[in-house]
Amino acid sequence: MQARQAPVSSLVVNPTLRIAPFHFPEPKVTIKVCMGLGGVAAGGGEVLKRFQQAVAERRLRATVGRKCEVEQVGCMGFCAKDVVVEVSMGGVTTAYQYVEPEMVARIVDEHIVGSVPVKEWQAGPDCTAFHAKQNKVVLGACGAIDPEDINSYREIGGYQALWRTLGIMSPVALIEEIKRSGLRGRGGAGFPTGMKWEICRRSPGERKYVICNADEGDPGAFMDRAIIEGDPHAVIEGMILGAYAIGATQGLVYIRAEYPLAVQRLRHALAQARQHGFLGKRIMDYGMDFDIQVKLGAGAFVCGEETALIASLEDEIGEPRPKPPFPVNKGLWGMPTVINNVETWATVPKIVRRGASWFTSIGTEKSKGTKIFSLVGKIRNTGLVEVPMGMPLREIIYDIGGGIPGNKKFKAVQTGGPSGGCIPAEHIDVPVDYENLTAVGSIMGSGGMVVMDEDTCMVDVAKYFVSFCMDESCGQCTPCREGTREMVRLLDDITAGRGSEEHLATLNELCLVVRDLSLCGLGKTSPNPVLSTLRYFRDEYDAHIHDKRCPAGVCKALISYSIDPAKCNGCTLCARNCPQKSIGGEKRKVHSIEQAGCIKCGICYDNCKFGAVRKA
Amino acid sequence: MDLKAVDEVLARHPEIEGNLISILHELQEHYRYLPKPVLILLAQRTGIPLTRLYSVATFYHFFSLKPKGRHEIHVCLGTACHVKGGQRVLDDLTRRLGVAPGEVTPDMQYSVDTVRCVGACSFAPVVAVGSHTYGEVTPKKVSEILKQHDTAS
Repeated sequence: MQARQAPVSSLVVNPTLRIAPFHFPEPKVTIKVCMGLGGVAAGGGEVLKRFQQAVAERRLRATVGRKCEVEQVGCMGFCAKDVVVEVSMGGVTTAYQYVEPEMVARIVDEHIVGSVPVKEWQAGPDCTAFHAKQNKVVLGACGAIDPEDINSYREIGGYQALWRTLGIMSPVALIEEIKRSGLRGRGGAGFPTGMKWEICRRSPGERKYVICNADEGDPGAFMDRAIIEGDPHAVIEGMILGAYAIGATQGLVYIRAEYPLAVQRLRHALAQARQHGFLGKRIMDYGMDFDIQVKLGAGAFVCGEETALIASLEDEIGEPRPKPPFPVNKGLWGMPTVINNVETWATVPKIVRRGASWFTSIGTEKSKGTKIFSLVGKIRNTGLVEVPMGMPLREIIYDIGGGIPGNKKFKAVQTGGPSGGCIPAEHIDVPVDYENLTAVGSIMGSGGMVVMDEDTCMVDVAKYFVSFCMDESCGQCTPCREGTREMVRLLDDITAGRGSEEHLATLNELCLVVRDLSLCGLGKTSPNPVLSTLRYFRDEYDAHIHDKRCPAGVCKALISYSIDPAKCNGCTLCARNCPQKSIGGEKRKVHSIEQAGCIKCGICYDNCKFGAVRKA
Repeated sequence: MDLKAVDEVLARHPEIEGNLISILHELQEHYRYLPKPVLILLAQRTGIPLTRLYSVATFYHFFSLKPKGRHEIHVCLGTACHVKGGQRVLDDLTRRLGVAPGEVTPDMQYSVDTVRCVGACSFAPVVAVGSHTYGEVTPKKVSEILKQHDTAS
């Protein structure tokens, strides 16, 4: 493996005839442990350690006759089954799910030494179904390579796009290729990426910037975190290509401070890329200087808006400013700046490597390629999925997601975060792309899909999102600052049983005012969750207002707990756990809840093993 | 109060422009909040008016002008966590500790804050204590988590 250690520059014979170094991996046994946040939270660190110990202690290389590598990989997608471990040997890959540290010894003994996989721990048919309909263009390497090893990325063709571009393809030709691919920004608005680059390239400025927007703020979306944690070099390679296209010398990644693992892996990857000559002065011996800095966000949702993001990078508070001028003309420090989100940057090298025509062969007429969604909420197979644009929502929810757990009824799926809307069951066959989601009153957004079932109150969901926007409003413009506050007050009244028809009329009017008069996207889109729930779930608003009832049993003021005497056997569990000591009754006798003291925490409801606690 | 860290942090950032938020991050990491004397000294050293430092430090949720607990608890209230009962977890936690979100217990052991999404939506509802992330938290699990950290302290 001489080529591995050789500096990149020594491999360049002639700049016009550059051959990308390629690594031929030797046959080996690999054990991949999911170390995305999901894997880590489920105990992946200990599982990884046990495998490493087992390999070292049992001298597996000698026993098996092949090199045994234990790799930590980024998010494998199927978070519901973490810790997921994949063992590859002799060309066969076996996936294990729910792996715990105690299971490691047996997997090593029986599978790796004995060549017989441990059947009962293997991932089942739901795992096959989860992956079957996906097309992992961007997530392909995520969960397959070691994110902390640049060679792992290069073995799967990483940095090949750079080798094919720098000094070989002109920046204009690169922009043409991206334009031809039809790639649209994955951060929410779906602006054509190639066009953005072209405007920036033409815009005069003594220096230019490329920025990666990794301020993944939409609650319920975590694909950007997974990409950076699992495949950071793809983002870096994309940014270098972007810098080459527009003529930038400096790049910045604005990343959430809430993602420490992603920050750490990104910094590590940047250092490796510098060592290998992909960043710094005269990168890859081509006369281009470019480096990337990491900048931490500080927990302000509005900084995902590009002008607020720039303000934050300039040491200011994150207040958006009116557009135009757009950042492509006047961005960071007043210079032309391209801002794309993580998923967009990570897609770029794939397009360059495989060609625009390949990319356009995936997806729909106006939405090309694939899109990553985080499938969460009331759904069986939670995790990250990547599907071709245009896949019907039903297939994502039922075929990949495995439907709703607990025999509950599907009610809606919320897409697009606080700027999006709720798509009801009647539209479950909508093809998921930019245009169709907008047509049903939601948006693509960054790709969060929060599934809701019959136990989710849609009025409460609307209140949740507007409260979110109220908290995150920068306070600069009145419609957003005061409008969201007033909307929350009205929704509060409705969920507390104080609502009237007048509340709805005012709410409707306010939605339009806030939508039309706010300065930035946060304010303009903040009424969307209200508008879409009013459109599809008016009956739930009516139940709260007229019947003073919350059909889903969520709004505290409108529900009460009681004990069914027929089912209660006096086990005392509820009384012992009641934080208010508001449940009385003797042992083996029917208990009752004293309503005056009840704070409706629902602990009795959760704890009762006999279904005797009623919620109404 | 030992203010040496201010100069140490500034030494790492020869250029202040474009690095203010990074500087505040590092100071908060050191002191676990942004104490008033630290901000005053920072204003003196950098020439940035204290009012502007105050404005930036209070705009961003990540910065705190009040001390945090030894164990910083963050309850996620992202959409997935909300739908799966994150608010109930928060209610239970604040009730047990007797503090409101944003406050710290009198013994300075625990502070409770809400976060808008930690990106661990698959495990909703999520609670993070220090660097440890707990998934699928129920009010019942809250007491176990607290017990774990009580014994650890």
